[in-house]
Amino acid sequence: MAILDIFGTQNTLWTSLFRRVLTRDVLATISIAVLGIFLFTAISADFIAPFDPLKTSNDTFQHPSWHFLFGTDDLGRDVFSGVVHGSRSSLMFSVFVSLASGLIGVLVGATAAFAGGLVDDVLMRLTEFVLIPPRFFLALVVAALFGTSFLYLVIILSFTYWTTMARLVRAQVLSLKERPFVEAATALGASRTRILLFHILPNAFPVIVTQIMLTVGSVILLQASLEFIGIGDADRISWGSMLHNGQHFIRDGWWMVVFPSLALALLVLALNILSDALNSTLNPKTRPVYPDKAV
Amino acid sequence: MAVSVSRKFFSRLVGVRLVRRIAQTLLLILLLIVFNFFLIHLAPGDPVNYLAGQSGDEQYFALIRAKFGLDQPLLTQLWVYLSSVARGDLGYSLSHQQSVVSVILARVSATLLLIIPSIFIASSLGILLGVESARRQNSVVDRVINLFALLGHSLPAFSIGLLLLLFLSLQLGLFPAQGMTSASGDLKGLSYATDLISHLTLPCLTLVIVQLAQILRLARAEMLNVLDENYITAARAKGVGETRLLYVHALRNALIPVVTVIGSDLGMLLSGAVLVETVFGYPGLGRLMLEAIAARDYPVLLSLLLLTSVGVAVANFLTDTIYPALDPRIK
Repeated sequence: MAILDIFGTQNTLWTSLFRRVLTRDVLATISIAVLGIFLFTAISADFIAPFDPLKTSNDTFQHPSWHFLFGTDDLGRDVFSGVVHGSRSSLMFSVFVSLASGLIGVLVGATAAFAGGLVDDVLMRLTEFVLIPPRFFLALVVAALFGTSFLYLVIILSFTYWTTMARLVRAQVLSLKERPFVEAATALGASRTRILLFHILPNAFPVIVTQIMLTVGSVILLQASLEFIGIGDADRISWGSMLHNGQHFIRDGWWMVVFPSLALALLVLALNILSDALNSTLNPKTRPVYPDKAV
Repeated sequence: MAVSVSRKFFSRLVGVRLVRRIAQTLLLILLLIVFNFFLIHLAPGDPVNYLAGQSGDEQYFALIRAKFGLDQPLLTQLWVYLSSVARGDLGYSLSHQQSVVSVILARVSATLLLIIPSIFIASSLGILLGVESARRQNSVVDRVINLFALLGHSLPAFSIGLLLLLFLSLQLGLFPAQGMTSASGDLKGLSYATDLISHLTLPCLTLVIVQLAQILRLARAEMLNVLDENYITAARAKGVGETRLLYVHALRNALIPVVTVIGSDLGMLLSGAVLVETVFGYPGLGRLMLEAIAARDYPVLLSLLLLTSVGVAVANFLTDTIYPALDPRIK
């Protein structure tokens, strides 16, 4: 029964949120469509891409045409197929990092707010410390020292991205735990864990989701930047690695640089507009949030 | 009047709070150094192989270990590392055959020449556009400015750089594409300065675009908050002109959070600089970092990480210190 109630309130919150987004904001609606297209492309990349993105051919430096929509690169690889497959690696990587770091952030923030005292102090100092080293440099150095596999990069970035979430969740829990419904639950004899998991966190849910979305955009940019520098999984095609290669041939083929850049910009722009809209619906009076732009 | 204001300003700067903040920052820097030390030790690979090269038997390895103190317990090694960092010794770069400090010092001025002008241009332009777009809230101009700001915020630094390079340099031929000065060399005086500025324009413009969105959007939001306040209505009733009202009465209070963002974005700016230097072949710290990765020059890499982290810690300290002096409401 209690669980049903929670989902009931969640549903009305979410539907009202999305109704507001949809009716008031054309840009947000377009962004949802763009996100949908990218998700679809990422999932069905194998069917959409006309060529194998890693297969070389004799058709090098072909201009964009009906046969090669976005042209071909220095080794005759189809740029359009690369962009299509790149959406998969970008989204997969950033969703992994965002969910993992979101989980760490929620755990740290909720624990700090609920335990209070020394635990709170220690966790918040730790958060401040992790915020200091610039993510890009840390990821660069760790990748140079330990290797650049997909898993390593996910782990490194997850351990640097949780800080904003921890602060947000802590602030939310601190304010929510003083509300009457928590008092009511306590009076009914609910345990502290139960109150945190089933009463407080569901109410912090919209904030958590918005923050995860902001993180996805930021991670996409950071990963592309690392790959542009040459740090990334060499067996996987991605927008960053295409740009890394394309910058050397910018005089011979503008398409090698322009199309992956446009794909990046479009996806991240859609994510930013959408989280912006969600955030202004959630707290109309506060300052705009920014995706922590890592690069 | 002016004297008493500045005296108040300084009396807010110093005091117990300041001492506490300094102590906290120093502790933070110490922790960053310790973190750096453990990063080196967690890295796979025995440094002995690196130092001894291809050859050598166990006896030779032991000799090397003793020479570099690698046979000491970890805490002793940590102490040696801390004291050498305190003396300003960050290690020796094998690929440059020089001390790390002199390698970094040789490059730092080029990066500063790129970063400092970009901060000034981005913050003045961002504040100006933010105020003007708050003045015209929800108008077409406001929306266009905001959309462009978001677009700039959604592109990574290297994409902005590559696109500017493609259109302004390769297509239109307005600016040189690579380097810090022309390769022909021997320019002096004014012609050297114009050559330098024309090389700096595109990388600097890229960094301005990278920072602009954040400053602009925050300035706009803060202005909108401040414009709701009673003292603005009072000033307007008194007959203060709209421009004076915006730029003198409102901006003073709206600027406070904007200043903190400019300060705390140092890490982002430095990361952006690395990417921009790569795109434009600019010989600064970013290029040094890439060369260090290619040459597996770990002392240089780790020192750069340490120095940027310390830079961010110091920038945070400065913004935290200036903040209460700017805003008397904060204790």
